[in-house]
Amino acid sequence: MVQRISLTHGEGGELTHRLIKDVFIKSFGNLQHTQLDAAIIKLNASKLAVTTDCYVVKPLFFPGGDIGKLAITGTVNDLAVSGATPQAITAGFILEEGFPLRQLKLIVKSMAEEAKKAGVSIIAGDTKVVEKGSVDGLFINTTGIGFIKETHQLYPENISVGDMVIVSGTVGDHGIAIVSAREELGLMTDVQSDCASLNHLLQELLEKVDGIRVMRDPTRGGVSTSLVELCEELHCTIELEDSSIPIRQEVEGACDILGFDPLYLANEGKVLLIVDKNQIDCVLDILQNHELGKDAKVIGQITECQKEEGKVLLKTPIGSTRRLFRLSGLLLPRIC
Amino acid sequence: MEHLIHLSNPIILRKSLEAVIQLAEQYKKEKGRIPVLMEVCGSHTMAFAKTGIKTRLKDHVRLIAGPGCPVCVTDQKSIDTMIELSRDTNRILCTFGDMVRVPGSKFSLMEAKTEGKDIRVVYSPLDSIKIAEENPEKEVIFLGIGFETTIPILVATIQEAEKKGLTNYTIWMTTKLVEPILRTLLNGKEINIDGFLLPGHVSVVTGKNSFDFLVKEYGISGVITGFEPVELLRAIYKLLQQLLSGKIEIINDYKYMVKNDGNIVAKKLMEKYLDYHDEAWRGIGVIQNSGFILKPEYAIFDAKKKFHVSVEEPRKTKCRCGEIIQGVITPEECILFSRGCTPLFPIGPCMVSTEGTCAAHYQYMKEG
Repeated sequence: MVQRISLTHGEGGELTHRLIKDVFIKSFGNLQHTQLDAAIIKLNASKLAVTTDCYVVKPLFFPGGDIGKLAITGTVNDLAVSGATPQAITAGFILEEGFPLRQLKLIVKSMAEEAKKAGVSIIAGDTKVVEKGSVDGLFINTTGIGFIKETHQLYPENISVGDMVIVSGTVGDHGIAIVSAREELGLMTDVQSDCASLNHLLQELLEKVDGIRVMRDPTRGGVSTSLVELCEELHCTIELEDSSIPIRQEVEGACDILGFDPLYLANEGKVLLIVDKNQIDCVLDILQNHELGKDAKVIGQITECQKEEGKVLLKTPIGSTRRLFRLSGLLLPRIC
Repeated sequence: MEHLIHLSNPIILRKSLEAVIQLAEQYKKEKGRIPVLMEVCGSHTMAFAKTGIKTRLKDHVRLIAGPGCPVCVTDQKSIDTMIELSRDTNRILCTFGDMVRVPGSKFSLMEAKTEGKDIRVVYSPLDSIKIAEENPEKEVIFLGIGFETTIPILVATIQEAEKKGLTNYTIWMTTKLVEPILRTLLNGKEINIDGFLLPGHVSVVTGKNSFDFLVKEYGISGVITGFEPVELLRAIYKLLQQLLSGKIEIINDYKYMVKNDGNIVAKKLMEKYLDYHDEAWRGIGVIQNSGFILKPEYAIFDAKKKFHVSVEEPRKTKCRCGEIIQGVITPEECILFSRGCTPLFPIGPCMVSTEGTCAAHYQYMKEG
C-alpha cells in the first residue's frame, strides 16, 4: 500500500487513476460525471453565480476544521452571500511529492462531508503533483456555481439611512484558531474556527424576509475591511458601536497578547448583513434560532447615503468616534 | 478576569472620562493653560489612540507620545546594519515582526526575504535557540531590539545558548534604556512636560523605585499604569490631582504587576551578562550608557564581535521620526505623514511599528 504521494501520482497513468478512484471518487461520488472530460449540469434558473477561491491555509488541520472543509465552506459562502443557491463545486488539488496519503484521505473526506451538509455536489476535479519543496503540502482550488432564484435577489441600491448592520456571531474566531494552531506562537486557546457553510441559513432568510439589502462574509481583512469595501462601493457611511460587536473573551485576550485587532481577523462562518430597520426583529429571530447565528447582533447602522466617499466609523466605549480603514500590511499570512 | 472586565466597562469609562475632564478644566482655570503629559510607552500611545481617549481629551489634556517604541528609537544606521547582515546566505536572521517591515536605506528585511534570504519572525526570542539547534550548519542571529521589558528575555537566550553549548547563535544587540532617554528629554528642554505616564511593562522589570530620579532630580511627578482604558484614565486623573495639589511623587497605579524593586531575577540576569553601552537613538544621537552590550566574557554570543558589517551613512529623507519620538512634533506636522508615508509603504519606523506614534495616528486618529 502506497503511504505517500509521489510524482507518479500526477503523471496521468495507472497511479493517477487509482488515486482518483480510491480517494476522490470514493468520497465525492458522482460517477456519472466521470464519463466525459467536463461535468454537465442542467440549468433551472436564468441567473448563474460563479466564484473561485484558492486555499493555502497553514496548518492544514486546525481546531474546528481543516483545509478541505474550508475549501467547501469558503466557496459555498461566497455564493450564498451573493444570494445564490450553491449547486456544484469543482476541486483542484496541487500536492507536494511525499504528502501522506492518510492526510489526503482525511482532507477529502471532510470536503465530502461538508459538501453533503451544504447540499452541493463536487462534480469535477484535477490533481497535480509537484516536486518536494514546490508547494507546502497541499493547496486546493475550488470553483462553485449557484443559481439565483428570482425572489432571492439582493438590491444593494436600496440602502438607506437607518438601515441596520448585523453580524451573525462572534468575530475573529477563525483568525485566533489558526494562530493557536501554529504552535510557534506558543499561544494556547480553546477557540475553534467558525468555518461553516452558511447557505441554508441565508436561504431561509432570503425566503422569509424582504428587506435584506446586501450580505458579505468577512473573511480575510475581517469585519473592518469588508465594511470599508462595502461602504466605498455603495457610497454610504456606517457607524458601528464598538461595545455591541460580539467578541469571545478568549479572542479578545489573545488579541491583547499578540497585538491584533479582532475587527481585522478573518472569519469563515460569519455574515454581515445590511437590513431594512423594519425587518430587524424578523432577521434577528431567524438568525438567533439557528445554530450558526445564535450570537447574532445589531452592531451599527447606515448614517449617510449617496456620499462621494463611503466610510466606516466606530464609536468607542468612551463615546468618541474613529474611522476604520482597510487592513494595511501583513497580519497573518496563509489564513485561508 | 472580573477585575479586567471592569477595566473596560463603558459606564465606568465615561464616568472616569468626565472626572478627568473636570480636573483638567480646574487645572486650566488655575494655570491658564492645559496640562501637558507624556506617555512614555508605545503601547500606551496605541491604547490612547485606539480607545479614542486621545481624541476625546484633546481640548483638555495634551498627551505627548514619548520615546517608548523600540523599533522607532533605533537609528537608521543600526537598521541598515541589521538588514545588511541578511546578505550572507549562510545566516538565519530572527527578529520581531515589526522589524521585518522597517525600511532600511536600501531595502527592508521583507524585501530581503522575497529574494530568498532566510529571515524568520519569532514571537519569543527563545524560539531562535530552537532554530539554532535545528540548523547547526547555519549562523543564527537574533536582532535584539527592545527596552528593559525585552532585554531579560534576550539575555535568557544567551543563558540557554550557553547551557546548550551552541556556537552558532549570536545576538545583534541594539537595546535601549528608559532612564537615560527621559533624562535627555528633560535636560533638553525642547518640550515642557508637566508629568509622566510611566510604562507599565518596563516598570515590571525595573520597579517603581527606578523612577525616583524624576522626583528627586527633576521635581516632576509620574504615575505607573497599565494598559486598559480605565487604568489609563485613572492614571491621568491621579497625575492631574498631583499637579493641582503641588505634591511631587511617583505613584504606582499598576500594583498588581509592579513591585518597588522590580523583577530581581531579571535584573540579576542582566547584571550577569551585560555592561552599559553608549547607544545611538534615532534623531537624537548617541546617549551615554543608554543601552547594553554583552560582557567581554560572552563575546562568542555577540554578533557585533563575530560579524563585521559596514554600511554607508544613511541617506537623509524628510522623515521626522526623530522629532516625533521626542514629542517635539506630532505626526500630522511631518510632511510625509499619510502622503508619502503610510503603513503599507512606510518611510520611517514610527509608521511601521505596532507601537509607533505615526501608525497610531494613521490607523486610529486619521479623519480624512
